[in-house]
Amino acid sequence: MADKRTTVEDMVGELRSGMTIGIGGWGSRRKPMAVVRALCRSAVTDLTVVAYGGPDVGLLCATGKVRKVVCGFVTLDSIALDPHWRAARQHGKVEVMEVDEGMFFLGLQAAAWRVPFLPTRAGLGSDVLTINPDIQLVRSPYGVASPYLSDPADADVELVAMPALHLDAAIVHANRADTAGNAQVLSPDAFFDPLFLGAAERRFVTAERIVENGTLAGGTNPLSSVPIHRMLTDAVAPAPGGAHFTANPPDYGRDEAFQKEYAAAAGDPAEWEAFAHRYVLVTEDEYQARIRGRAPA
Amino acid sequence: MSGPDTLTNVSPGVTRAESCVIACADAWRGAGEIMASPFGTIPSLGARVAKLTFAPELVLTDGEAALMVGAPPLATRPGELVREATMPYRSVFDVVWSGRRHIMMMASQIDRTGNQNISAIGDHHHPKVQLVGVRGAPGNSVNHPTSYWVPDHSVRTFVAHVDVVSGVGYGRAAAAGSGALRFHDIRRVVSNLGVFDFETPDHTMCLRSYHPGVTVDEIVAATGFELTIPDDVEETRLPTLEELDLIRVVLDPGTLREREVRT
Repeated sequence: MADKRTTVEDMVGELRSGMTIGIGGWGSRRKPMAVVRALCRSAVTDLTVVAYGGPDVGLLCATGKVRKVVCGFVTLDSIALDPHWRAARQHGKVEVMEVDEGMFFLGLQAAAWRVPFLPTRAGLGSDVLTINPDIQLVRSPYGVASPYLSDPADADVELVAMPALHLDAAIVHANRADTAGNAQVLSPDAFFDPLFLGAAERRFVTAERIVENGTLAGGTNPLSSVPIHRMLTDAVAPAPGGAHFTANPPDYGRDEAFQKEYAAAAGDPAEWEAFAHRYVLVTEDEYQARIRGRAPA
Repeated sequence: MSGPDTLTNVSPGVTRAESCVIACADAWRGAGEIMASPFGTIPSLGARVAKLTFAPELVLTDGEAALMVGAPPLATRPGELVREATMPYRSVFDVVWSGRRHIMMMASQIDRTGNQNISAIGDHHHPKVQLVGVRGAPGNSVNHPTSYWVPDHSVRTFVAHVDVVSGVGYGRAAAAGSGALRFHDIRRVVSNLGVFDFETPDHTMCLRSYHPGVTVDEIVAATGFELTIPDDVEETRLPTLEELDLIRVVLDPGTLREREVRT
């Protein structure tokens, strides 16, 4: 059995400027922040970031890594809007392909299933189609004469053809992973992480802890807590605290005090400079030490 | 409000927030066994009141990845919730696209034909104000009943034309064809001033009721387009004693509702 263990630095070492990168998690929940921080410190730039956006998008925008974001939203959950994302958009620093959350899901699914698009009603009539003029409609080939038409209203119906969202690389963070590349989510929602991996050429998983193959399930953890199998992963890396400051239960909740500080730092260039020097442009070990050194809220 | 929260010694006056809760609750009347997805404190209270009284089959999520038994108080800790089934975000799309859902979303802007905007203010390519993003609004509005909650009714929120159509209104759905129209159903808009629907010949917004303490003139002045005002417009109904008790004593003794809409 191949041992897929590597390091966060080596993962980021495989990423190149101009790549399209999918980032797992949702909003400010279980984001692979250790990799995001390493990307912020790297020379990589000009990225297209594909995400159910949270502070991953905000941080990468604030450090000038992003050319374009593909998303349905960017939110910090407990803070409705990410001010770094807001600033990047309002100052015209990033492009956006903004789509419905369900269209986004279908885009990943189409890429994972190797079809060029998937049809949906989502998007019809909305400005998603006017702000993304390259997204096309598709007419159903099943008309009134077809034996397969079940609802007459669907005869020749026009639907949105959500294009596949192909990713050069995807990064997700799990609670545990094993050396072979299986990964476990111990909170109730794996979000779209298996699909991000399925849509990508290079597939990276970080986890709080890496364990021996075959030992993820057991005790109170059923096999159903392992939604990511090793056919979806190329490399796994240990990243304890690797989702901080986003929520990663049951290992830890969102660090609301830190998130507030992150958001507040967007208000003023000097404050952002100080925040970045303290928490972004430092090694992951230094970062984690500084987090441990903060007074508990 | 002070002192112990029991029905016998709270102020007999129904607050504006409580009228809004009832107006939201009534959106789910007769809904049956579908997912009620309320956004905001007052719609969340409304869905709970509906489930505990006239719409017991409603399905509510815990805001994370599960469906909840009953309709617990707003301040319930996650560890105290009783759950009946899983509902991860990916499965929510199965519900959305099956139509077994009635959402009440918020709107930063809403217009005369029911278009909603939560994406950006100004030109989308160079937004004056970046908002959260279209989220699920485009898909929700063409797949299942959709209502909106606007806690700050003004000419800035009730506008002639929204800047970015996120949730699809009647005119846009009709123009988009049968794929958009098939399950399109914008049910009602509840604001801090009144209740509105689109049951007019041309599906433009119509005032159905004004909340106690609000005048029709006040609503017209706060609306940036021509509203239909029917002859039979009435005052938003008062909560029953049971509903008021649920709101004040059971679901929201900490009066979170009064922070979203002040009387």
